[in-house]
Amino acid sequence: MAFHVINLTVNGGLEQVRVPSNMTLMRMLRESLALTGTKNGCSAGECGACTVLLNGEPVNSCMVLAIECDGAEVITIEGLAGDRQLSPIQEAMIHAGGVQCGFCTPGVLITSRALLDRNPDPSEEEISEALVGNLCRCTGYIRIIDSIKEAARLQAVKS
Amino acid sequence: MITHTHPTLPEFDYIRPETLAEASEFLALHPNEARPFLGGTDIFVRMRDGFLEPKFLVDVKNLDGTNDLRFDPQAGLTLGAAVNMNRVIVSPEVRVNYPLLVEACRSVASYQLRTRATIVGNICNASPAGDTIGACLVLDGVLHIHGISGPRQEPLATFFLGPGKTTLKPGDIVTAVSFPLPPRGCAGTYLKLGRNKLSDLSIVGITVLGSPDPGLLSGYRFRIVLASVAPVPLIAIEAEAHLAERAVTSESLRQAARLAGEASVPIDDVRGSARYRKLMVRNLTEMALIEVWKKMLE
Repeated sequence: MAFHVINLTVNGGLEQVRVPSNMTLMRMLRESLALTGTKNGCSAGECGACTVLLNGEPVNSCMVLAIECDGAEVITIEGLAGDRQLSPIQEAMIHAGGVQCGFCTPGVLITSRALLDRNPDPSEEEISEALVGNLCRCTGYIRIIDSIKEAARLQAVKS
Repeated sequence: MITHTHPTLPEFDYIRPETLAEASEFLALHPNEARPFLGGTDIFVRMRDGFLEPKFLVDVKNLDGTNDLRFDPQAGLTLGAAVNMNRVIVSPEVRVNYPLLVEACRSVASYQLRTRATIVGNICNASPAGDTIGACLVLDGVLHIHGISGPRQEPLATFFLGPGKTTLKPGDIVTAVSFPLPPRGCAGTYLKLGRNKLSDLSIVGITVLGSPDPGLLSGYRFRIVLASVAPVPLIAIEAEAHLAERAVTSESLRQAARLAGEASVPIDDVRGSARYRKLMVRNLTEMALIEVWKKMLE
């Protein structure tokens, strides 16, 4: 099987990685770059635990080949916070109790960030629809939805 | 048997051709070993499950024109093969002129998956459950195909041969799907029955497009396509003919829905039994026809 050398930006930093053809973006992040915040849930594009931003848009990183990301910009959960400063959605998730076991949380946070980027003031229905691709078995989603509402408010106050 | 809950993708070589001619040539040279791929949302799952083991995956995104979404007020809409479903959903021109395509795309999985999923990929995967195929059929979609002897066009209506089987030959790459302008005064709907409200594969999917047509006895033309209830996306011809030949009444809509149910040949599977599906075809087709009829009268 062929290997490829790719160059990409991950959380603002340039990376050069040697990847086999069948390596997914998720495996590359976790195994080559040790960014284990991105979780492997279902490996089938269903659960959303591996969600990252690829060129600004959320994708299931288990469904993207690493080689396809040559020249791309990737943001993972590790890149969501600023220097020693949590992002509003992270603050809100702590405050509103949107985290229980935490396995789905990185994916939920990335999805929420993408939602708030394209719609700074989402309705409850829009939040639910945006979260369709993120399965959480603990919270029942209510507090996750509350967190996103709070994050939208926090963002509005800051801007 | 050992079940690997997180199987990695089997080994293959990733090929990124520079031109369509190069891609067609490579695919034709390796007919049983190479497969074209777009977003990979179906093929990766099937590879992980062991149903497919291609030696080469040929990335046909980024080839000439495959990223274009073009609307021309005279000629209609062309969606390049690599145009993802979220792009279709937010396109103002698609929203205004082809809302049925937007509705169908929105019913597919999740936002994340739709960042990768494409309409052309959904078509080429040729699943009887393909959510966007019904809309493409009733809107008279035409496929633009690049093969070893160059480009050609093929109507979507005769494209599907069986589950996962199409008229594509080795070396063929679908580069785009295009649609004429929709009929004047048309209205459509896609009713999808899943195990949950959003994101699931369909147990039954009903696409209906209605439009005024003075050439028909009824004065209206209804197009009906059924998903997940036959080996291919099923055009309910008997039901369509029934509605063309008589005045539209609640009774004729009900009878057409009955004919659609009779035309369906579903199977039992994990998502639903054949009997349930047949009944739901009848019920949902009637609901869809009434909804479209009301929308047209508005």
